[in-house]
Amino acid sequence: MTILVVAEYENGAVAPSTLNTVAAAAKIGGDVHVLVAGQNVGGVAESAAKIAGVAKVLVADNAAYAHVLPENIAPLIVELATGYSHVLAPATTNGKNILPRVAALLDVDQISEIISVESADTFKRPIYAGNAIATVQSSAAVKVITVRTTGFDAVAAEGGSAAVEAVGAAHNAGISTFVGEELAKCDRPELTAAKIVVSGGRGMGNGDNFKHLYSLADKLGAAVGASRAAVDAGFVPNDMQVGQTGKIVAPQLYIAVGISGAIQHLAGMKDSKVIVAINKDEEAPIFQVADYGLVADLFEAVPELEKLV
Amino acid sequence: MKVLVAVKRVVDYNVKVRVKADNSGVDLANVKMSMNPFCEIAVEEAVRLKEKGVASEIVVVSVGPTTAQEQLRTALALGADRAILVEAADELNSLAVAKALKAVVDKEQPQLVILGKQAIDSDNNQTGQMLAALTGYAQGTFASKVEVAGDKLNVTREIDGGLQTVSLNLPAIVTTDLRLNEPRYASLPNIMKAKKKPLETVKPDDLGVSLASTNKTLKVEAPAARSAGIKVKSVAELVEKLKNEAKVI
Repeated sequence: MTILVVAEYENGAVAPSTLNTVAAAAKIGGDVHVLVAGQNVGGVAESAAKIAGVAKVLVADNAAYAHVLPENIAPLIVELATGYSHVLAPATTNGKNILPRVAALLDVDQISEIISVESADTFKRPIYAGNAIATVQSSAAVKVITVRTTGFDAVAAEGGSAAVEAVGAAHNAGISTFVGEELAKCDRPELTAAKIVVSGGRGMGNGDNFKHLYSLADKLGAAVGASRAAVDAGFVPNDMQVGQTGKIVAPQLYIAVGISGAIQHLAGMKDSKVIVAINKDEEAPIFQVADYGLVADLFEAVPELEKLV
Repeated sequence: MKVLVAVKRVVDYNVKVRVKADNSGVDLANVKMSMNPFCEIAVEEAVRLKEKGVASEIVVVSVGPTTAQEQLRTALALGADRAILVEAADELNSLAVAKALKAVVDKEQPQLVILGKQAIDSDNNQTGQMLAALTGYAQGTFASKVEVAGDKLNVTREIDGGLQTVSLNLPAIVTTDLRLNEPRYASLPNIMKAKKKPLETVKPDDLGVSLASTNKTLKVEAPAARSAGIKVKSVAELVEKLKNEAKVI
C-alpha cells in the first residue's frame, strides 16, 4: 500500500496543511509519497523531502502546472495514481478544486474532509455543518480523499530524507489560463495554523472597528477571523471567513467577539480547545458552546482585555 | 448563450438536524426542505446573465426525488425558462449526480453550467468539479465574480489567500461562492407563472447513467457534544480563568 499526498505549498516551501495530510496518510499506513506540482518548485520539493515519514517526493515542475490549474494538474495526478492505493490532499481551496476532478476521471467517488482514519478503507467525516458525523467506506481501487487538517496533528517538518524524483510529462489542457490574484497581505499567523484566533462578527458594526481585534490579536500573537455576516457586510475580505463553507479552525483559544453563533459558524470553530464568547446579547447561541462567556459591550471589553493580557 | 443551472433539494439551512436513533442517517421526517443556498446563488447568477442579454435561455435541472419538483418550480419562479428533473432516489453520491448532469449537458449543449459549490447536507463540494472532469470543460470553482468576455469566461474565485482570477474557454463549469450575488425572492405573480413553465421528468435509465458508487455510509452519529461553560462577570475574571484555569494565554 502506497499513498500519494498532493502537496499544498506557499512561499517556496510546503504549507502546514501538507504536514497534517501526511499525518493522515501515516495513519492509513504504508509508504507515503508526496507530489509537488508547479513551476519552479525545486525548493518546495526539497522542503517536502525533509518531512518526517515521507519515502519519496515526486516533482512535476512545468509551466503548465503554475498556479495549479485543475484542468492541467488533474490529468497528471490521474496518470500517477495507478500504483497508489490512496490519493490524499488537504481540504484547502486547491485540494477541493483539484481532487474531485481527479476522482471523476478515475471513475470513483471522493471522500471529502475526513477527520479520522478508522481503517485503510473507512473514514469519518462531518456532514450537515458538523451536526452529524458519517463513517464512510470506500471500495475504490484508488481512494481519493481530502483531509480536514484540524483532524490530524501535523507531522514534523524536519527529520526525513526522502529521495526526490522528477515525473510526468506536461499536461496542458489549454482550456484555462491564470489571469491574476489579489492575496491578502498579513503579518499575523495564518488563520488555520494559529494557536489563538480572535474573530469578529456583525456586532463589530463596521470594518474600521476590526482595528480593536487586530490590536488585541497582535498582543496575543493571534490570527484574526470573521463570521460570514461580517464578510457579507463587507467589513473584511473573504479569506477571513470561519465556518461551514469558509475556513475550519481548531486553535487552542478561540475568542468570538460580537458573533451570535449560527450553526454555520460553529461548524468552523467548535473543535477549538477553549472558546471565549464576548457578546452583549446574553441569549446568543455562541454562549452554548463557549467555555467562558462574557456578556458585555465589546467596545469596552476588547480594549480592556487587550490591556490585561 | 444557453445556461444550465443545477439545483439540489436539501434540508433548510435554519434546521438543526438530529441523527436517527439507529444511526442510519439524519431524521428528515417533517423537516423543512429548501433549495440549497449555493444553488439559489447559481440560479440568481443565471437570471442576471439573462437580464444583461448574455444568456438566452436558462434550463434548471435537479437530480433527486420527485419532491425536488418544488425546488425546480422555485427556480422557474426566479426566472429559469424550463426545468428537468432526473428522478432518482435520495442520497446519491456526487459522481452519480455528475454523470446524470453530464448526460443532460450532452443533450442540452449549454455554453455555461452553474452549480453551487457545495450542498449544505452532504458538505461534499465535488459535483461541479466532477462534471467538469466528465465533460472535459474548464472549471471556475468558488466564484465571486463571473464575466463573459467574447468566447471566454473570466471567473474570480475565493481562495484561501484571497482572490484569484482565471480565464476559461467556453463551454465552462462555474460553482458559486457566497459573495457572487444576493439572490432575489420570487414574486407572487412569478410563482403563479412558474406553474405553467415546462418541467420534464426523466429517469437515469433513460439517460443511460449508472448511479453506482464506490462510497458506502456505514453509520451516522451525533458529534461529541460541547457543553456550555460558565459566564464570567468581568474581563479581569476572564483573563484570570484563561491564565490559571484553561492555561491558554
